[in-house]
Amino acid sequence: MLLTVVVLLPVLAGLVLVAARVPDRVASWAWVATSSAVVALVAWIWWGFDAGGGVQNDVKLRWIPTVDASYHVGVDGLSLPLLGLTAVLFWCCAVWSLRGTPRPRSHAALFLLLQTTCLGTFAALDLILFFLFFDLSIVAMYFVIAGWGHGDRRRSALTFFLYTFLGSLALLLGFIGLFLGSEPRTFDIVRLVEDPPWAGQDATASWVLLALFVGLAVKTPLFPFHTWLPPAHTDAPAEGSAVLAGVLLKLGTFGFVRIVMPTLPEAWQRWGTWIVVVGVVSVLWGALVALAQDDLKRMIAYTSVNHMGYVLLGLGAVGVLARGSTDAADAAGAAGVAATGAVVQMVSHGLLTGALFLVAGVLWNRGGTYAFARWGGLGRVVPGFAVLLSVAAFGSLGLPGLSGFVAEFQVFAGSLAAVPVAVAIAVVGILLTAGLFLRALQRLLTGDLRVPEGLDATAVGDVTTTERVAVVPLLALSVAVGLVPWLLVDVVGPAADGLVALVAR
Amino acid sequence: MSAALLLLVLLPAAGGAVLLLGRHRLDRVGAPLALGLGAVGLALAVVAAVGRPVVTVPFLGRGAAAVADGADLALAVDGLSAVLTVTVAAVALTVTVPAAVDHEARTSRARFFGYWLLFVAAMQLTVTAATFPVLLLGWEVMGATSYALIGFRWRLAGRTAAGTTALLTTRAADLGLYVAAGAVLAGSGGLHLSGLGGLPDPWAAVATTGVVVAALGKSAQLPLSGWLSAAMQGPSPVSALLHSATMVAAGGYLLLRVGPDLTAGGATAAVWAGAATALVLGLAAVAQTDLKQLLAASTAAQTGFVVAAAGAYAAGAGTGLLAGTEHLVAHAVVKAGLFVAAGIWLGALGTRAFAELRGAARRYPLVGAAVVAGAAALAGIPPLSLWVTKDEVLLGLEQAHLPGGAVLHVVLLVAGALSAAYAAKVVAVVLAPTAGRDGGSPAPVPAVAAALALAAAAVGLGGLALPGVRDAVAGVLDVEPGAAPAPSALAISGGLAVLVAAAVLWRPGLARAAERAPMQGWWSLPALLAAAGSAAVRLAGAVDRADAGLDRAVRSVPTGALAAARGAGTADGGIDRGVHGVAGLAVTGARHAAVADDRGVDGVVRDVATGAGRAGRAARRPQTGLLHQYYAQVAAGLGALLVLLILVR
Repeated sequence: MLLTVVVLLPVLAGLVLVAARVPDRVASWAWVATSSAVVALVAWIWWGFDAGGGVQNDVKLRWIPTVDASYHVGVDGLSLPLLGLTAVLFWCCAVWSLRGTPRPRSHAALFLLLQTTCLGTFAALDLILFFLFFDLSIVAMYFVIAGWGHGDRRRSALTFFLYTFLGSLALLLGFIGLFLGSEPRTFDIVRLVEDPPWAGQDATASWVLLALFVGLAVKTPLFPFHTWLPPAHTDAPAEGSAVLAGVLLKLGTFGFVRIVMPTLPEAWQRWGTWIVVVGVVSVLWGALVALAQDDLKRMIAYTSVNHMGYVLLGLGAVGVLARGSTDAADAAGAAGVAATGAVVQMVSHGLLTGALFLVAGVLWNRGGTYAFARWGGLGRVVPGFAVLLSVAAFGSLGLPGLSGFVAEFQVFAGSLAAVPVAVAIAVVGILLTAGLFLRALQRLLTGDLRVPEGLDATAVGDVTTTERVAVVPLLALSVAVGLVPWLLVDVVGPAADGLVALVAR
Repeated sequence: MSAALLLLVLLPAAGGAVLLLGRHRLDRVGAPLALGLGAVGLALAVVAAVGRPVVTVPFLGRGAAAVADGADLALAVDGLSAVLTVTVAAVALTVTVPAAVDHEARTSRARFFGYWLLFVAAMQLTVTAATFPVLLLGWEVMGATSYALIGFRWRLAGRTAAGTTALLTTRAADLGLYVAAGAVLAGSGGLHLSGLGGLPDPWAAVATTGVVVAALGKSAQLPLSGWLSAAMQGPSPVSALLHSATMVAAGGYLLLRVGPDLTAGGATAAVWAGAATALVLGLAAVAQTDLKQLLAASTAAQTGFVVAAAGAYAAGAGTGLLAGTEHLVAHAVVKAGLFVAAGIWLGALGTRAFAELRGAARRYPLVGAAVVAGAAALAGIPPLSLWVTKDEVLLGLEQAHLPGGAVLHVVLLVAGALSAAYAAKVVAVVLAPTAGRDGGSPAPVPAVAAALALAAAAVGLGGLALPGVRDAVAGVLDVEPGAAPAPSALAISGGLAVLVAAAVLWRPGLARAAERAPMQGWWSLPALLAAAGSAAVRLAGAVDRADAGLDRAVRSVPTGALAAARGAGTADGGIDRGVHGVAGLAVTGARHAAVADDRGVDGVVRDVATGAGRAGRAARRPQTGLLHQYYAQVAAGLGALLVLLILVR
């Protein structure tokens, strides 16, 4: 019940905001209050969570009995960290938006709807329910970009919508494939996992996997389905980018661990090597293209492709390990490390990229451009901005002591047993990200002071208290995960081991 | 005991974090806090060295929930760690004194000493690490804080770039450590450093390669030495800390730590890389015209001896551990003192160029004494410290019985003679009778005291030649001491050093003859790194263009659909004509059909009937009454509709 409250509270608050026509200022603060309540409720769930206890807080209500689709939600060690991430990141966006935004009431309502769709996707244990929330998130994000973005926002929003909508159609096709292979037929994820569909029918299972993979790869996004991401990010408002990269991309990777891997274990094993290849190509492609960008926001957007590539590397390696050794306990241990790393990477990327996009928003707010060529020597005039950007950048490049290292180390160490060559290539990704972030810091923060034309260099305002309050929790959580990773790993680890066992069937 | 080991890392880390968070508010307490924590750190290091504690703190999961065996932060002090942790603490404390009065670290002291303390904590973590996660934590945080320290005065052009070069080069090598960790996990099922021993093939080779690459990069060995040249742009106290007992020493330490667990190939690679660096960077050092650049090239060369000794240890010669550790410690003390002196002159005279440092020792006699003593030790003049440790390295290599041992011996003898040459070159300049210019501010007393203390230690460590001391060190390191270097070997190397040094002092032109490209430019090693960087950027540009092409291709799909729709419109007119044509054809066809044999018709009819039946079943299929299928059809239709809307809008 508590989980349902968490999921539905934001959208209900949003409806009230729209219906009650409250004043703008009240709407902004109501949004902060609602997201604070969600944070508190998720914390409460976390507090009572038993890491070894499988799915908890689950509720199953009759919905469409003819196809055995139900309102079925629950949390386990894979979804709880992502629910926490969603709660925190939306809270930060709510605070960020206190500094003022056009049409605050509908802005708040839209983000509250978006939060429900994200929380709902992570909590869903039914394919139809998952798809419902998954698809609605696209609609809400479309309006965020089109309504509050800048630049060529309508075109970018449309590209985003069409691309990801086509992706979700592929996903739906895959869901129907899973349904048709189940016996008795069901859309319930728990039952599909217990009795995997299309067992023994390799060809059909592979086609279903392909449909699901394409659908989720668009959302994640993985090479070559990533081209919608940079324009969407470049033209989205800062808080929209933060949510898009921080949470919405995780809907894709979460789909792999929640649905694809446990329901199609044989196909995942069979295609594990290719999934690793897609992951490694995304790692290098994302990092190299990011290195070539002349625009901070586009650069950060491409690093998302890179970071999500590590997730797929780890998850694909789980499949390869499960295929290779049914008896060796060592391989199972390595697979557990890789799967844990992949899930930790989802959380870590959410925190750090969320912070990076919010901080980048400062540049747009002050000077209306993200171009490296237009800014320089900012460390002299806006030291607070420099500190926040540097910490987030070093976290994102995988410095130990922040969360990115914990995730990437585990992905690399766990995957190496399965795919040594792929890992040896993929580690170059962390060198490239180090290079591109250091280059960005050097261009923006050091050297001669340079600001966009028409702007008084000395009048560029440093980060305000509101902006600081919005960004610092993300970085603090990243440091907490980096220094005391067992806080997170203790929750993720058992669930990841369970996932490995499911894939190894 | 365990608490001492934990505090050894946590105290400087916490102090550094507080300073960095407090920012300018804490500028005044920066230096006192760093000095206080440095003194406490030395005491803790001694306690830990005596007590040999082991500490395990949960990291990647607690207890049974740990993701793998060895996923904890495990710290352990054995003989090697005991020597290193005390050396690091002592040198760090001593160079904190000149840092506290350094002209380059006058402002933003909270930031300077914040990173300084974090760096020391990371180095202490590195030399006590027992598992891969904690080793990487120390190793990479050390790299990142070195970036911040080298680029401390980021407002000055080129400083941040120098830090970036250092961080990126060492991180390129660090990738080896990530791979090694994975190979150890794959081969042993855990993440302990000790798991490196006894790995099955191919993991042993993979892990060895990774560790050796990481160590060579951190220690500025060939071909990655270039970053050290750029790093000289950092403040002098930073050079004194980074390029003596820490950072550069960390690579040598790591190889000594894992020594016998490396494969034979790894041992050979380390020996040759170390020997080649000692020779090549020794030549580069002779060619320098800038004091700090000379000292930096010399650091890489001297660390080459340590790396070669570690390779000998890996190949089975126990003396290699003794030799490598002694050389590392002795070099740390010698080089820290020389960098401190260089920093004093840089502050007082505003230069580090030899042309303007002429006679500096005469104007600053105490600093000059420290430099002469340090340079004599660096030259390998008997009975000072680096004389005997170099012979220990040669002895270790002899005992390792490597192929090409005679060549190695000669290479390292020549490298030793080169250190005598560049050390004598420094002495010749600073003792030269003509003063460069008048003026110059007084040398800060605490810094001079630190330089003298380090010089005294450099001289005193010559005691390592005494048999009793040697056995005691071997006992601490828990290694069989074996026979000491033969007196004849000691006489040859000592005599060679004295001879070369005397020649250079007598005719400084001998050393100046080397001042030409490519040696003066560090054999273009920094340019090599820059070229690698710009190659990466060019590759990125090419991939970016490919990505833009991908984007265009994706966008051309709806455009293509639009064109197809237009084409369909054009075709519509054609259909009209086509219908007439079909009618004509039908008439023709009917005539032919009349001629056709009746036999076939029967079969055709049956086929049509079957086909119709199939089609009927197929047509019923979408109308299943199953909601999800309707939903799918609706969604697909909706998608198509949307695309259409977009196209025709």
